[in-house]
Amino acid sequence: MANFKRKDLVKQGAIWAFIVAELIFFSIAGEFLSVSEKAFMDFDNMLLLLKQSAPIGIIAVGMTIIMVNGNIDLSVGATFALAAIVLLDSMTWPFMQAMGNWAIPLAWLFALATGVILGAINGLIVWKTGVDAFIVTLGSMLGYRGLVFIYNGEQPTSHLNWTLVDFAEAQFLGLHTATWFLLGVVLLCWLLMTRTVHGRNAYAIGNNREAAVNAGIRVGPHFLWNFMLIGFLAALSAVVFYSESGSVNPNDGMLYELWAITAVVLGGTKLSGGYGSIISTLGGVIAIQLLRKGLGHIGADTETVNLVIGLILIAVLFLDRQLNRKGKEELRT
Amino acid sequence: MAELTKKSIGGFLAKQGILVAFLVFMVVFAIANPRFIDIDNISGVIRSSAILGVMALGVTFVVIGGNLDLSVGSMMSFSTIVVLDLHDKIGPALAIPGMFAMTLCLGAFIGFLVGYLKLNSLIVTLGMLSAIHGLTLTYSGGQNMDIADKQNTWFDFFGQGSMLGIPVPILIFALLAAGLSLVLSKTPFGRKVYAVGGNGTAATFSGIPRARVVFMTYILSSFCVATAGLIQASRSLGSQNTVGQGLELEVLAAVILGGASLLGGSGTVFKTVIGVLILGFIQNGLLLMGLAFYAQYVVTWVIIILAVWLDIAAKRGRLWSPIA
Repeated sequence: MANFKRKDLVKQGAIWAFIVAELIFFSIAGEFLSVSEKAFMDFDNMLLLLKQSAPIGIIAVGMTIIMVNGNIDLSVGATFALAAIVLLDSMTWPFMQAMGNWAIPLAWLFALATGVILGAINGLIVWKTGVDAFIVTLGSMLGYRGLVFIYNGEQPTSHLNWTLVDFAEAQFLGLHTATWFLLGVVLLCWLLMTRTVHGRNAYAIGNNREAAVNAGIRVGPHFLWNFMLIGFLAALSAVVFYSESGSVNPNDGMLYELWAITAVVLGGTKLSGGYGSIISTLGGVIAIQLLRKGLGHIGADTETVNLVIGLILIAVLFLDRQLNRKGKEELRT
Repeated sequence: MAELTKKSIGGFLAKQGILVAFLVFMVVFAIANPRFIDIDNISGVIRSSAILGVMALGVTFVVIGGNLDLSVGSMMSFSTIVVLDLHDKIGPALAIPGMFAMTLCLGAFIGFLVGYLKLNSLIVTLGMLSAIHGLTLTYSGGQNMDIADKQNTWFDFFGQGSMLGIPVPILIFALLAAGLSLVLSKTPFGRKVYAVGGNGTAATFSGIPRARVVFMTYILSSFCVATAGLIQASRSLGSQNTVGQGLELEVLAAVILGGASLLGGSGTVFKTVIGVLILGFIQNGLLLMGLAFYAQYVVTWVIIILAVWLDIAAKRGRLWSPIA
């Protein structure tokens, strides 16, 4: 038992050790290679890093829950874009403009509702048809992206509301608004997954769906709730990001699903389900963002980031399997 | 007796449903707009589907073998950029084999990771999607790649030329489809791919070298990707770094639409070709009916879900899933 716990600790700690290693590497390498005067470990730089992690981070938290369930969601990028369009476009509707600044919470509500509905569609299809979530969300990734384009053609949708921009750029206790949203989502979802029946059921279903069904867990509605949750989080991510930028291109959010999945896998969540932690996912998100910033800091081409992240993802997969296999062999002897 | 007929009709629909759907679509579109069955229109649709189709042929092998390949889109960008770059440096006659060699190396690397190291193919190819994209950008320095002298080269033959009145992309697609169909259905290797995808453990116990078979499916996939890159490069004689971005999922959609199960062990080259053509003709038909270009995405979504749903519903004998 103690052995099992120690192994868990090693796994949970691995991503944070990786982050520390990144920090040390980029700080030292930055001394010799950096073009800028500022140190990499600059406090403001780190705050900015958290803020920039928020859009992918919020989605990745939802993806963790979906993947603990043993499902996957490829449609989050398109959901993100559609929610963003609803957010910005709804503020230009005549009755909304008449409401002045009260239109803002209403626009948020519309955007978040969009996300929940899109998630619910995915969840219902997975539940009722029994088609694998990978295929369902692969299809809706195309379908939702189609809706984005139908909404406003290939034109960007723009609406800048200065009250909203002020809110998004505000700093409370030194942290940006986006950072607070990220931390809040991480905290709430961590509580959800570790302290509630819903969370325990999520792990149980991912571990062994048959057994979960036999134990009386209603798997279908459970899936539906989780897909609604990730739809909500994708929309929330859009709300946080586009409140500040005020303009959305129909191609925005493309490949976000891949970034989110990468972060979740770096955080040690199993694709087969039943294992994973929200906090480790946060680590994965930060690690990726740190890598992006760090490589830029030491003057590497931004292009190499993709190369490095891809190879690291494969390396993590390899190491993880070696670690697991070793554990199994010990069990056998 | 009546029930038997009903059953056999149901069985026929379940087996050939995609073909039936394809014919229904063609008839509906043809009635809606006679221009749809114009020979020029049909040849145009097939020609523009050829690149997607060639890639889908390779991915069919990977999927039947029980794996996924999400890296084909960025790999296609890579081969397009490489062949365009080499064209000006060493001439087309050397550029083409050079590009094929480099793309096959990438395929071999993925095949090694998934086949011999037995890593999860979804994550490996996801990582390779990102890595190859980075590789392409590093190779080209982020610049678009163009052939310097577009007039005096025979390189445009593969994308723009025609032989015996048939456009070359269609010819390549058809020949490759026919060849790979034979490989899949008539050779020992093809049977092994089905065996490995259907039940890997059983395949191993019957002495099938599982790792090598999976490795070969990725080699085949990268060969198809290189061919698609060649057609793309030859068609436009210049390219962005992101030319294949997002294609991996459209390719997968075509393969799934053709009825290949993501769990492996089922699917045929012919069905994949039908899947590719359905995607192409739906896009074209909707355009001719005057619908917005992007409506095809929504329609594709509905069709994919319906196709897979009806497929598994026929297998389990009930429409709604048994999930509680």
